[in-house]
Amino acid sequence: MLEKLQNNRNALGLLFMLPAAVLLLLFLTYPLGLGTWLGFTDAKVGRGGQWIGLENYEFLWGDSVTRLALFNTLFYTVIASILKFFLGLYLAVLLNRNIRLKSFFRAVILLPYIVPTALSAIAFWWIYDSQFSVISWVLQRLGLIDRYIDFLGEPWNARFSVIAANVWRGVPFVAITLLAGLQTISPSYYEASAIDGATPWQQFRHVTLPLLTPIIAVVMTFSVLFTFTDFQLIYVITRGGPLNATHLMATLSFQRAIPGGALGEGAAISIAMVPFLLAAILFSYFGLQRRAWQQGGSDK
Amino acid sequence: MSANPSTTASARDDQVGMEFLESLPRKVVTVYLPLGIFLFVLLFPFYWMAITSFKPNEELLSREGNPFWVIKPTLAHFHKLLFETSYPEWLWNTVVVSVVATFASLVASVMAAYAIERLRFSGAKQVGLSIFLAYLVPPSILFIPLAAIVFNLGLYDSRWALILTYPTFLIPFSTWLLMGYFRTIPYELEECALIDGATRWQILTKIVLPLAVPGLISAGIFAFTLSWNEFIYALTFVSSSESKTVPVGVVTELVEGDVYHWGSLMAGALLGSLPVAFVYSFFVEYYVSGLTGSVKE
Repeated sequence: MLEKLQNNRNALGLLFMLPAAVLLLLFLTYPLGLGTWLGFTDAKVGRGGQWIGLENYEFLWGDSVTRLALFNTLFYTVIASILKFFLGLYLAVLLNRNIRLKSFFRAVILLPYIVPTALSAIAFWWIYDSQFSVISWVLQRLGLIDRYIDFLGEPWNARFSVIAANVWRGVPFVAITLLAGLQTISPSYYEASAIDGATPWQQFRHVTLPLLTPIIAVVMTFSVLFTFTDFQLIYVITRGGPLNATHLMATLSFQRAIPGGALGEGAAISIAMVPFLLAAILFSYFGLQRRAWQQGGSDK
Repeated sequence: MSANPSTTASARDDQVGMEFLESLPRKVVTVYLPLGIFLFVLLFPFYWMAITSFKPNEELLSREGNPFWVIKPTLAHFHKLLFETSYPEWLWNTVVVSVVATFASLVASVMAAYAIERLRFSGAKQVGLSIFLAYLVPPSILFIPLAAIVFNLGLYDSRWALILTYPTFLIPFSTWLLMGYFRTIPYELEECALIDGATRWQILTKIVLPLAVPGLISAGIFAFTLSWNEFIYALTFVSSSESKTVPVGVVTELVEGDVYHWGSLMAGALLGSLPVAFVYSFFVEYYVSGLTGSVKE
């Protein structure tokens, strides 16, 4: 019996998959389903919900705060992702040069990504303080401003402040992963194009970028995914304020569901993020396909 | 898929290329100057965190003088943090939860990755794909239903709530990373062992695992930092002060009313960042290969 089990790959495979499968089914697949169901109920904390159909979604569609949160989320994601991409690519190209202390630079640059986001967000909160901000202090000493900037008190200031914090945290990830992509490009391409008289910009545009496109697609999908569902930075720095100007879908769903107690409504907000995430994942999938094809690999 | 740090090192040696054509002054302007600016911006918040945590309150709340330096450094904020708050307990909770969750996830991931990559049971490909999809499910759409589940299981407000839910993002990531790693181990080794009468379990523990140590370290170090940094689950599933983790404790307990105690807040942020930065500093190469391996595949 035991002998037979050891030779049957299906039985053995099932046995080996068991710990991971139990944990993932119980705490990932089941909650995903439960969340979808909760979105269609009026569940409150401590009380099971009744099925109310699309009522939550209808309410949220007409809710100005939710609409504002959707706008904020899209704005935050688009601006932060674009900035992260260009700054990250630039940093990756810089790091790919033959420089001294390269591994030191690479190690240090990842620090913002390693450190708990909630804790570095507190540092940003302090940097953005309306009375003692160090940025305002420097700008005032340089004579550029008269009064201290109210970074987190004005809606647009607050939006750009949290975007800056998000970019600060995300650039290292983009830079280091793109650097790994750059390192796989053979130097002979650059030598060949230089002999043909290509300028550095032409080399970047016609050698580096095309070869890097597949990994850019994957990295940016991850970046967009995590920016879109961001929670910690906003929760710590602004809690969605001022006047909900920085509320994202994730922070709004937390606020409605946990302190507010409206589990059904909160779940509906988080489930409303899924279509956007699916779009990002499909994008990643086609990025991966293209990469395999470019490398001459067959279908996996 | 290169989860092996040594391959990236050899690739780096090839990168010298035609750099000799460039003069040093030009390079200073085009490379070192921008790099220096990046470095300054990326590291400044940490400097600010550190300098603030040593400043006495009167220096903190004055606009006179140079804010970039501290005239009379003090350990008062650290003293307050360690003896007047539950900070040591939060630190201990974070250590316990991160270590246990990482270890449990690694065991489950090794077995799952081995089954998917090498046992090749029917449906292994589909399972591999669904693991990847699970990796893309963000915690911020799971926390509400998970809170209900945690509550119904009677785990609310305990370390177990976190230890059992952290694997939902650790296992997909580690399994995906280890699958790529196991793929690089030659089949022939396993075949030899099978002919010699080894069982699958023996092959896994005596042949595959010793060869996969760098991959295990990568996955382990990455999982550890992810669980140390986790915020939304810890914020939602735990409410009493003594079972909080450092990020949640600092954010929810040290902020009292309208007067912010910036000194102790920054000291708390600094102390909570140091352990993970310390661990990271020993395993930079493994961490980077884990990070890049996770998106490269």
